[in-house]
Amino acid sequence: MRISRRILAGLATASIATTLTSCGGGSKTSGSFDDSVTVGILHSLSGTMAISESTLVDTEIMAIEEINASGGITIDGKSYKIEYIIEDGASDWPTFAEKSKKLIDQDKVPVVFGGWTSASRKAMLPVYESKDAFLYYPIQYEAQECSNNIFYTGATPNQQSEPATEFMYKRSPAAGGDFFLVGSDYVFPRTSNTITKAQVKQLGGRVVGEDYLPLGNTEVAPIISKIKKALPSGGIIINTLNGDQNVAFFKQIQDAGITPSEGYYVMNYSIAEEEISTIGPEFLEGHYGAWNYMMSIDSPASKKFAANFKKRWGSDRVVADPQESAYNMVYLWKQAVEDAGTFDDNAVRDALIGQKFDAPQGPVEVMPNHHLSQTVRIGEINSEGGFTILEETDVVLPQAWNQKHPSSKGFACDWTDPSKGEKYRL
Amino acid sequence: MELLLDSIFNGIAIGSVLLVAALGLAIVFGLMGVINLAHGELMMLGAYTTYVTQLIFKLPILKPFYNWYVIISIFLAFIVSGVVGIILEKTIIRKLYGSPLETLLATWGVSLILQQFVRSVPLSYGSGLIISLLIGMVLPLFFPTKIKESIKFKYYKLASWSFATLIGILSAELISSLISKLGRASSRNVDVTAPAWMRGQIEILGNTFPKTRLMIIIITLISVIAIICFLNQSAWGIRIRAVTQNRQMCDCLGISTEKVDVITFGIGSGLAGVAGVAVSLLGSVGPNVGGNYIVGCFMVVVLGGVGNLLGTIFASFGIGIMTDLIGAGRLLNIWPNMPLSLSNTINFFATTSMARVMIFALIVIFLQFKPSGLFPQKGRMVES
Repeated sequence: MRISRRILAGLATASIATTLTSCGGGSKTSGSFDDSVTVGILHSLSGTMAISESTLVDTEIMAIEEINASGGITIDGKSYKIEYIIEDGASDWPTFAEKSKKLIDQDKVPVVFGGWTSASRKAMLPVYESKDAFLYYPIQYEAQECSNNIFYTGATPNQQSEPATEFMYKRSPAAGGDFFLVGSDYVFPRTSNTITKAQVKQLGGRVVGEDYLPLGNTEVAPIISKIKKALPSGGIIINTLNGDQNVAFFKQIQDAGITPSEGYYVMNYSIAEEEISTIGPEFLEGHYGAWNYMMSIDSPASKKFAANFKKRWGSDRVVADPQESAYNMVYLWKQAVEDAGTFDDNAVRDALIGQKFDAPQGPVEVMPNHHLSQTVRIGEINSEGGFTILEETDVVLPQAWNQKHPSSKGFACDWTDPSKGEKYRL
Repeated sequence: MELLLDSIFNGIAIGSVLLVAALGLAIVFGLMGVINLAHGELMMLGAYTTYVTQLIFKLPILKPFYNWYVIISIFLAFIVSGVVGIILEKTIIRKLYGSPLETLLATWGVSLILQQFVRSVPLSYGSGLIISLLIGMVLPLFFPTKIKESIKFKYYKLASWSFATLIGILSAELISSLISKLGRASSRNVDVTAPAWMRGQIEILGNTFPKTRLMIIIITLISVIAIICFLNQSAWGIRIRAVTQNRQMCDCLGISTEKVDVITFGIGSGLAGVAGVAVSLLGSVGPNVGGNYIVGCFMVVVLGGVGNLLGTIFASFGIGIMTDLIGAGRLLNIWPNMPLSLSNTINFFATTSMARVMIFALIVIFLQFKPSGLFPQKGRMVES
C-alpha cells in the first residue's frame, strides 16, 4: 500500500511537470500590423533529442522574425504578424501526438512546424490525418511515406544516399571497393541500407557485411573485428549511426587502424557541421558526408543565412542541413499562404505545390508529392570541422517511394491528381 | 590459433570495460546489498572529471604534463565519485538499509538529479562544490584530539565548513575564469581525447591491438588487484568482510559498522569513477553515459554471484567473449563447413543487436538452473 501510494505520487508529480514545461512564446506586438496569426512549433526541448531539435526551434524563430521584420504575411493588402507557440515534445513520441492535438484543437494554429525522429513523425501522422491539419517536417529521412497532411522539406534517400553511394563506388579514392554498412538499430538506417544494397548490386559492387548497433550501446569492438575481416585491405563504409554512437565509432576505428590512410573511407549520412564539432575533426578528417546544404557553400544566400544565425544566436553557433530545411519550410509556408490568400489548410496545401524559393542551398521547388526538389552535395570533412565540397548535382527530384527499395519500386505519389494520391503505380 | 587469440583479446577488451564498470557495483550491491541505481551516474561523474582534468592540463602552466593527465584523472575520478558516494550514503542510503525497494527508488531519483545537475550547472561550479565538500569532510580529521573532544567541536566544524565553502567558491571562479568552456552550463556531449601516446595501435604476437583498449585492460587489472588486496590484507578490508557476514556480531565486538558502511560505499563509488575514466576513452561524455552501462553492470554482478568478486571477474570476461563469438560470427570461422541451416542461424545472430538479445537469453536460461550465479555464496548468511 505504501509503495503504490508513492508511485502514484511520483506519477502525479511527473504529469504536473510535463504540463508545466509547455510554454508560450512570441515576441511583443508592434503597432504596424493589421492582425496576427499564431503558428505552432513542436520540437523536443528536453530529453535526449533536445540538443539537436533545439537548433531547429532557433532557426524557425529566426525565420519568423525575419518575415515579421520585412512586413509579415500580406493577404489582400492586410498584413499579418506571425506569432508562435512553442511546445515541448520531450523526446517522447506519444507526447508529440498529444501536443499536436493541443496545438490543433485548443490553439487552432493553421500550421505546425515540428518533429525530428521518424518515430515522432509516425506518432504524429494519424493526428494530422484525422484532423486534416498540416505538419511541416524538416529532416532528411528514409521516405517510403507520402501523406497529404505532411510536407517534407528534408532529403529523401534518392536526394542523399543514392548520389553518395554512386560517388563512393565510382569516384572516391576507394572506387570499386567493397561496401560495409554500419548503422544504429532503427528504421532510418535499416531502410537506407536496404536501398544502398539494391543500388550497390545495380552498380556491380559488393556489400560484404552490415551491422546495427542498438541505440545507446557504444561497444563497437565486434563491429570493428567484422569490418577488418570483411574488408582486410580497405574499402567503403557507409555509416548511418546516430548521435553519440558516432563518437565511440570514430574514436575506436581510428585506434584500430581503420583510417583513410589505410584505405578505409567512411561516407556519413548523419554527420553535419554540428556533429563534426562534437566528435572532433581529428577523428573525421578525410571521411565524407552528403547533404543538401553545407555551411561552406560559397553563395551570398548561404553566407547570409549563416551570418544571420550567428548574429541572432551567438558567434560560436553553426548552421547545418536540418536547420536549412527548417528555415526553408517557414518561408515556403509564408509564400503559399500569400498565394492562397487565406490561412485555410486545404487552400494553402494546393497553393504550396509548385512554390519556388531561393534557399541557402540554391533554388528549391515543392513537388506534387509534398517533398522538395533539392541539390545534393558530397563533401570531404576537413581539419577545420567543415566540408570541402567535392561535387554538386543538378536539382534532384524527390522520390517519396524509393525506386530501388523492393517494396516500393514502380510506385509514386501525386497529391495534385485525385486519381493518383498517396501511392500509385507508375 | 590466431583466430582464437583475436577472439580472446576482443573478449577481454569488451569484458574489461564491463568488469571495471561492474567492480564498484559488485562491492556496493554484492557486499552491502544496496541496489544503487545511481551507479551509472557515479561513472558519469568520473567521465566528466576526466574531461575537466583534460581541460585543466591544457592550460599553459600544466601543458608539459599533458601526456599524463589520464593517469592523474584516474585518482581524481576516484576521489570525486567517492566523495559524492559518501555524501549519498550519509544522507540517503543510511536511512534506508534493509528496505531494498525504497533504496531502489531513492537511488533512481538521485541518478536523475545527478544527470540534470551536469546539464544545468556549469562544470566549474560542480568542481567547486566537490572541492568544498572534500575539504569540509577531510579537514576535521586533522584536528587534534583535544579539540575533537572539547565541547566547542561543533564550532570548529562550522568554521572548517565555512572555510571549505570559501575555497570551493574561489576555485569555481578561478576555473571558470581560466577555462571559459567550463563556466557555462551545457547539455551537449563533450569529448575526451586520449594523449598521443595512448592513441593508435600496438603489435603483440603479430596481431595489432588498439592502445586505448590495452590501457583500459591495465586500469581494470590494477583496480581488481588493488581491491582484492584491500579486502584481504588491510584491517579495514577484513572489517568490511566481517560486517558483510555478520553485522550484529561485529557491532557487539566493537567494530563501528557505520564507519565500515561509509568506507565500503565510498570505495564502491570511487571505483565507479575509475570506470568513468575508462569509458570516456571509448566514447563521448554526456549526462546519459552511465545509463548505458547500468543494466550490463547488474547483469555481470548477478551472473557472477552476488557478493563474490571472483564471480564478477569470470562473468564479465565470459560475457565479453560470448559477445565477440556471437556478435562477430566467429563460430563460422572456427567451423566453416557446418550445415547450412545452422550457419544461417548463426549469421542471423551475428549482428550486435541480436548478439545482445542472445546473451541476455543465455543469462536468463543460466540463472534458471543456477539462480545464485556462477559462484554462489557458501555457508549461511545471517540476513538470509
